[in-house]
This record gives sequence, C-alpha cells and structure tokens, in this order.
Amino acid sequence: MAYSEKVIDHYNDPRNVGSFTKSDDQVGTGLVGAPECGDVMKLQIKVENEKIVDAKFKTFGCGSAIASSSLATEWVKGKTLDEALAIQNTEIVEELSLPPVKIHCSVLAEDAIKAAIQDYRKRQETSPESSASA
Amino acid sequence: MKFPIYLDYNATAPTDPRVVEVMIPYFTQTYGNAASRNHQFGWEAEQAVEKARDLLGETIGGGGREIVFTSGATESNNLAILGVADFYKEKGRHIITSPIEHKAVIDPCQALEQRGYDVTFLDVDDDGCISLEQLEKSIRPDTILVSLMAGNNEIGTLNPLEEIGKITRKHGVLFHTDATQAVGKIPLDVEQMNIDLLSFTAHKMYGPKGVGALYVRRKRPRVRLSPIMFGGGHERGMRSGTLNVPGIVGFAKALELCRDEMESEAERQIALRERLHQRLQAELDHIKLNGHPAQRLPNNLNVSFGYVEGESLIMGISDIAVSSGSACTSASLEPSYVLRALGVGDDLAHSSIRFGVGRFTTEEEIDYTADKMIFAVKRLRDMSPLYEMVQEGIDLSTVNWTSH
Repeated sequence: MAYSEKVIDHYNDPRNVGSFTKSDDQVGTGLVGAPECGDVMKLQIKVENEKIVDAKFKTFGCGSAIASSSLATEWVKGKTLDEALAIQNTEIVEELSLPPVKIHCSVLAEDAIKAAIQDYRKRQETSPESSASA
Repeated sequence: MKFPIYLDYNATAPTDPRVVEVMIPYFTQTYGNAASRNHQFGWEAEQAVEKARDLLGETIGGGGREIVFTSGATESNNLAILGVADFYKEKGRHIITSPIEHKAVIDPCQALEQRGYDVTFLDVDDDGCISLEQLEKSIRPDTILVSLMAGNNEIGTLNPLEEIGKITRKHGVLFHTDATQAVGKIPLDVEQMNIDLLSFTAHKMYGPKGVGALYVRRKRPRVRLSPIMFGGGHERGMRSGTLNVPGIVGFAKALELCRDEMESEAERQIALRERLHQRLQAELDHIKLNGHPAQRLPNNLNVSFGYVEGESLIMGISDIAVSSGSACTSASLEPSYVLRALGVGDDLAHSSIRFGVGRFTTEEEIDYTADKMIFAVKRLRDMSPLYEMVQEGIDLSTVNWTSH
C-alpha cells in the first residue's frame, strides 16, 4: 500500500504530539476509537475566550490515523470553537489523499475534534469558576 | 548490507541461484512436453520429471510414484481435501481440522460445509497447540479426513504429526498435512508419521513459484482422490494439465539443497531468531511472543508490541520487509484470525509483527532490525495514548471505548 507524501510527512514528523493536564479548566480532551479496532485518538485543545490557542494529540493507529490527527491539531489551532466544529472529515481526506480504506481515520479525527470541544464545554458548565459566578 | 532487508521468508523465499542454474536448460533446450511419448524432446522432459519425482517422494519418506505435481500448495490442499471428500462421500462426510490452518485448508473445508459436509474445528490453546485427546474424541464413524498443518505460517507452532498419525491410523481415518512451511526445514517422514497426504511447495524452500506437489499414499492404505481438474488425465488421473518441467526440476534441486543443509541451517536460523527476540525483550516492555516458545519452525518469530499498531510500526521500519497481523495490511478489516483463535486480544493482534529469517539472513541484518524495531516502537509509544494510559495505571479494559 503506497502512502501519500503528506501522510508520510506527518508520520515522520508529527505535529503537536503530547498531552495537556486533563484537569486544567482551559483544556478539553477527546478520546475516540477503540484498541480492538486498531485505532485510538486522543486530541486535546487549550481554549482562551472561545478560541483554540493550542492543541496536542496522541494516536494509536496506522500511519493514516497518525497523519489525520496530526493534521487536525494543526487545523484547529487559532480557530474559534465554532469554526473548529465545522471541520469535515472530507477535508482531511482531500488534504492527505487518503484512499477509501482509510476514510475511517479521517472520520475518527473529526470525531476527536468534536469530542474535545464537547468535553471543554461540559467542563465550563460544571467548573467551580462558572458555578461561582452563577 | 543490502536494503531493503528481507525478513518475510514465511511468505516466500528468493530462488537460490543454484536452483535457477539447473532450471535454465529446461526452458530453451529440453523444452519438451513430458506427456509427449513419441519423440526425444518428450522423453527427456519425462526423464527429468521422473528423477525429480523420486527425489521429492524419497526425501519425505515415500516414493516417487506417490507424488502428484500441482501449481502450488494451495492447489495441493484443495486437491487433498476436495478430492478425498468427494471420493469417500459414501463412507462419510465428516472432516476434522483446526481454526489456525492456512486459508487454503479452511476455505475448501467451508466450501464443503456448504455442500452438506460436517467440519469440526478443534480448539487451540494460547500457543496454538491442539489437544490430542480432543482430536481422538472428535473422530466419528463418518469421519473421513483429518487435516492438520505441520508448522503454522503465522506463528510457527508445530503440530505433533507423529502422535496425530498414530490416532488417525488407529481409527482408520485419512491424515492430510499442509507441510508448506515445514518441508526442507524440519525432518518429516510420511512412514514414521503415518501421513497419508502431504502438501508442499517449491517457493518456500528457495525454489520457483508456481510449482507444488501433493504426496498421495499408494499403499497401507491406498488413498484415492477425485480430481478437481479435468483435461487429459495426467498424474495418474489426479491432476490434468501439462507439467511445469523447469519448475519441477527446480523444485527437486531446491529440496535437495534444503535436505543437505537442513541440520546446520535450522541451528543457524534458530540462533538468528533467538538473537532478535532476546534483543527486543531486553529493551522493550509489554511485548509478547506469539506461538509456542520451543515447538516452532526454526525460521519464524512472531511478536506483539503492546500499545503500538502494526501498520504504523511497519511504516517506521520501511527498509525492512516483514509482515503484520494488523487488519490494515490486508484487504479485510479483521486482525489476524490465527492470533484471534489463540485468544490474543484484538489490540495485541493489531500489534503483531512476523519476522521470517532464511538462508540469506545475516547476523548483521538481525542486529540492524533489532535496533530499528526498538527505536520505532519507542517512538510510537511516545505518541500512543494507550501506552500513556497504562503508564498512568489505567486498566484499558475498564475504559468505555467508542468503537466505530
């Protein structure tokens, strides 16, 4: 199976690998996939004033899964939460030239972005800061 | 060192130059059809085929007249299983095999199930071993065939052929073994092991691709087969079609070389395999050997690297040719059915790599592979959320995964 140059580039030089402290109120964490399916993505965002100022990922999966999540962290940085929610998996497929058997990797990356944002928003509702001001 | 490094000898092997050399005249000079009975071209081709037939038959403990040439082990397995099933259908329609056989055994068995035959798949333990007691208990009055491989192509585990043969002989059931990975690598004797049908192929033993053979016992008992191919009645009616004379000549030469070098080569390849395994074990945690630690093919090592996915690992060692049990490397999305049958979790099945060493593998290549593997696994673990969670003390089986 031949990989596109962009997949190989992200695989060899993944952007934004790492972790933020999960308990940080500014951080939202998305964990999607399952080990028995062969891919698990953890994508984290750091948010200031509804804007994603930083992102990190860790992925267990094939080269295309690693590339999809690496690209996702690049794309969400600097976007507002609503802008990031609008990212479609098809854009990832196009950018990385993923073959049909690898489309699920892009779906997972989109899911990871959405899960991270959802987690962040949920934390804002329940965090002591917001409850104190309420 | 030459790159890429080939460590996929369980898939195929290069043709040995000594084999190529003896084949060449049969393309351009002695090119007759071995079935041509009325001229010298035919006689010479036939002579070469008969010489090869004797060598193949005798090397596995039988005789030349018990060898049927085929296009490869897949055809040999199909002929053995479908051929026996059809010929003995009045006697019974029950076959016993195992879930970790090659697809060339499992698929014809499943095709027979569709036609009303009954197939028992024996259990295998964590190492891929069957239970002889269960085998014996599974034999019924209508059992006609037991098909169990000599050495497993993925995990290397060897079946106890001699013990299996004792049981099948005692109960008057035919015993077929797919010995594709084993012939030329470990000692095999159809007499001593009571094997009635044995499939093998040239390309796994440094011969050419596209030629294989099926040993079919002629006496005590005489095994009969219905052909699956028709068109001239070659090979005593069991397999029609013009014989691949250069391939057959190369097949015999390849087996002759394997036979003469078997003992020293097995020892050398076991040492290479163990050297690689020990290096990996010494420098990486969470790794698991798949298959039996001792009862295994000399040239096979299969290891799961926990929390790292197989295909991404193969990408990280792109100058080394190995194979993975990960779903991503095959057309299906299922991880290795062999590892699954052993009870290896799907996560570890996705993380398995098969290393196959061979005649041309050097210690230098093994050391390079070990270094490269260790580096790649560590790098991927640094970006693995699973490895991170395990380091944090999280039990992954308690996580509520969102499977997709």
